[in-house]
Amino acid sequence: MKKSETPLLDQMRQLTGAPVGEPNTARDPVNQAMIRHWCDAVDDRNPVYTDPEFAEKSVHGGIVAPPTMLQAWTMPGLMSREEREARAPRGPSVLRLLDEAGFTSVVATNCTQAYKRYLRPGDLLTVSHSIEAVSDEKKTALGVGHFVTQLTCYRDQNGEEVATMRFRLLKFRPTERSAGAERRGAPKRSRPVPSINHDNRFFWDGVQAGRLLIQRCFCGKLRHPPGPMCPVCRSLEWEAAEACGRGTVYSYVVAHHPPIPPFEYPNLIVLVELEEGVRIVSNLVDIEPEEVEIGMAVRARFDEVEPDRILLQFERAKG
Amino acid sequence: MREPTRTTTLRYHQVAIGDELSDLTLPITATVIVSGAIASRDYQDVHHDRDLAVERGSEDIFMNILTSNGYVGRFVTDWAGPEALIQRVDIRLGAPNYPGDTMVMTGRVKEKSDGIITVELVGKNGLGNHVTGTVDLRLPQ
Repeated sequence: MKKSETPLLDQMRQLTGAPVGEPNTARDPVNQAMIRHWCDAVDDRNPVYTDPEFAEKSVHGGIVAPPTMLQAWTMPGLMSREEREARAPRGPSVLRLLDEAGFTSVVATNCTQAYKRYLRPGDLLTVSHSIEAVSDEKKTALGVGHFVTQLTCYRDQNGEEVATMRFRLLKFRPTERSAGAERRGAPKRSRPVPSINHDNRFFWDGVQAGRLLIQRCFCGKLRHPPGPMCPVCRSLEWEAAEACGRGTVYSYVVAHHPPIPPFEYPNLIVLVELEEGVRIVSNLVDIEPEEVEIGMAVRARFDEVEPDRILLQFERAKG
Repeated sequence: MREPTRTTTLRYHQVAIGDELSDLTLPITATVIVSGAIASRDYQDVHHDRDLAVERGSEDIFMNILTSNGYVGRFVTDWAGPEALIQRVDIRLGAPNYPGDTMVMTGRVKEKSDGIITVELVGKNGLGNHVTGTVDLRLPQ
């Protein structure tokens, strides 16, 4: 896939700006019945859309359609899968190239509509599409992909442009994680999955076994979070030392905003100074935020927060 | 006919940068999602057929983008009045609106120039931000 990356971009960029498919004329002119359905659905009570008397005296001089209803006028309506496929534009297209290159998943990210005038009953729209831009390959939370900007132009019965829409989507190759998380029945995560590497594996293995392990350099210096090199003597040699789990609250913060899934809020985050002298960031549990005090004695505990996922947390030390 | 939310329109000089819009709290139901999809002639099954939506990897049916746009339009004119002219809607799409959730829309006036105000808005549900963006409105002088 890497090898064809640049030719793919070249191919896609040759297609930008060119029309995609034939212009398509709306099945029905702008009409009061569809406007009314729309206003009922989103409970939009703006009288310029549905009250002829009010609309007459308004700045519009008569009924107008809600601008954000733009796309509805040229939607194809209910079609079978076969009909939809038969209508799909032929020939090379940016989206097809991306599909063929393995970027098979799609998610809409942005929609920008600009309106030149309000539409009135009787206006008959024709819509034409093109690809305006394709991004370089990007790494995103969902997977590696390309952002594609589609430009849609809406013209009236006189050929005048009345509105444009820019629709940005991400065509991506799903990562195993995003594919799995979207699958039905996947258990809800309560914490992000730890990113385990060569340097910190001992720590997470320890947690899984209910032990709090700290790196100790051969010079005797303890350190946390895990890293490859001793900050004092620069040795790469180290061993794992088990901490007793007792410590004190060195500092803490109660996070309220912005909420970041999958954490629960308010989120009580503590910096614990362990008896051994190193500090570690964790959650403090079974306590109200207002009860926390700097210097209070705490102790480690290991909770199974999800099936087979043990997490180090701290609680108030008893006695 | 339902009573209009308001019949008068804010004038340009009555609006200041930083003014907050009236919040809109929208309980998301299957009816809200399906009626929005059908009113926008969007018959994609993920917007009306729960079984197929789940089969395709979704938790449930979810609101289509056209309907989200519709609520954005309504949110700004419910506040500004019927003769505020929507010039531009620029939204970023995020967490889906599933039945059983609630979306709360909030907004404030971000910019003001030449008779046009720019409103910055967020529609937030239990999963995060469903929609964030800006709307340009032309207000009567």
